[in-house]
Amino acid sequence: MRRANRKDEQELANDGLTYPDTEYFCKTRPVPVGPQFKAMEAVRNWARANSLAVQAFGTGCGAVELRPLMTARYDAYRYGITGSPTPRQSCVFVIGGYASVKTLKRIVVSYEQMQNPKFVVALGSCTVNGGMYWDSYNTINRIDHYIPVDLYVSGCMPRPEALLAGFVKLKELIKAGKCEGANRYIENLDWYKANQKRVIKNWNMPDYNW
Amino acid sequence: MSEWLTRGGYAAISVFVAATYGLLLSGIIARTLARVQGRIGIPVWQAFLDVFKNAAKRTAVSHGAMFYLGPVFRIAGGVGTLLFIPLLYDSEVFGNFHFAGDIILIIYFILFGALGMALGAGEAGHPYSAIGVGRGLAQFAAFEVPFGLAVLSLAIQYDTLSVYQMVGAQQGGVANWTLFTNPLATAAAMLSLLGSTGYAPFDVVGSPQEIPTGPRTEFQSDFISLMQLNRAIFAAAKLVLYMNLFFGGATNLIELMIKTWAIYMVPIAVAAAYPRYRIDQSIRFFLRVPTWIGIAAVILADFLYNVS
Repeated sequence: MRRANRKDEQELANDGLTYPDTEYFCKTRPVPVGPQFKAMEAVRNWARANSLAVQAFGTGCGAVELRPLMTARYDAYRYGITGSPTPRQSCVFVIGGYASVKTLKRIVVSYEQMQNPKFVVALGSCTVNGGMYWDSYNTINRIDHYIPVDLYVSGCMPRPEALLAGFVKLKELIKAGKCEGANRYIENLDWYKANQKRVIKNWNMPDYNW
Repeated sequence: MSEWLTRGGYAAISVFVAATYGLLLSGIIARTLARVQGRIGIPVWQAFLDVFKNAAKRTAVSHGAMFYLGPVFRIAGGVGTLLFIPLLYDSEVFGNFHFAGDIILIIYFILFGALGMALGAGEAGHPYSAIGVGRGLAQFAAFEVPFGLAVLSLAIQYDTLSVYQMVGAQQGGVANWTLFTNPLATAAAMLSLLGSTGYAPFDVVGSPQEIPTGPRTEFQSDFISLMQLNRAIFAAAKLVLYMNLFFGGATNLIELMIKTWAIYMVPIAVAAAYPRYRIDQSIRFFLRVPTWIGIAAVILADFLYNVS
């Protein structure tokens, strides 16, 4: 009986789904996976820091600052930063400025589809406190309430140099083993989900997008 | 028994060398392309880090048994192709398992990985995977035609189906290379190489901007790590095969590196200059000029060398 109860706890409710869709999505609750073998973890973190695959999802006006980074003038490839067209293969998510509620839904889906060591860089003032959109009817003010953020690059808009400096700082944080946002998200999943569902009214997706 | 252990050990060394060289080559090529675009480019060892980073991911999502087997088939195809191609001519360590008629097996092995990948990508269930697989196999069928005709021409010319004997026939001077004794077959095969390396203008299979990396869309963590490793091994195997068939093979590793690098620069030079073809344009390209050159190569070889 106790085992059954525990199993119920481990399953997600998936309340937003209607009948045929409930069959297609996984109900299993994600579990945090911490670092194993501390000595190896230092080497792994070094590799992670030097191979940053940025997800190609421009979520706001700040995304225009990402394009120049890859061109000859700034050339972010030098630092081991590449673009990744699919969330499955990427490890850095750059939230480019303001996130409307409609975009937030896609941000959550994309973020959850990335695999465990995953890092979020929030770009621009809008991600910190809403910036110039702080009283807008359809944008959220603090991205930190919906997905965990590892690093903020403030400004409106920050220059590409600032973003590049942010990436260098992110690499330092990864090497120091301080970027455990993925585990923080799963440990506090209920809190994050409650926040997300408060603003996303048409919640027609599973509670965790495996 | 001990002989088989020795040969297995030598084969493992071959695979290791090919994997290392293939990963390094991808870095060199990326840096070359970056220079064309006026950038500095990624470090040359970036591919090693990418493979290691993806293998070091803590979680992985699977979609079923075939999803697991897709990358496994892929790497079996890559390693299988490599194991039947002699890396170096007249070398005990890098000779690999060549036998009479191995070119037929190699052509099958080249297709094996692509088919395995198609099944794996199919189970992933992503619509873009299906589009990528459809495009990939269609283009594959197209660029294999000129390559098959070139190999047929070589088989008539050298009267053998063994890669090792073909390399042997080209020893003793630059003038003996197939490049000079059978330029039509070489031209057909080099045009086919443009398609099989998958660079522009024939990169519509995994075009990142339209269908996010195509067949590989859903693969992550260990799966993509295995596929990146295979990409390196397979590229090395294909280049060594071309070097053996058309450019006189190699007798030491330095010669192998210089020759394969020079062969790889052909598709890279084309990629740096041309935009992307649509899939129908790509198939039409391969089934026209390269195929005609291939047919001419077979007819000419039959006319010149088939004395019976």
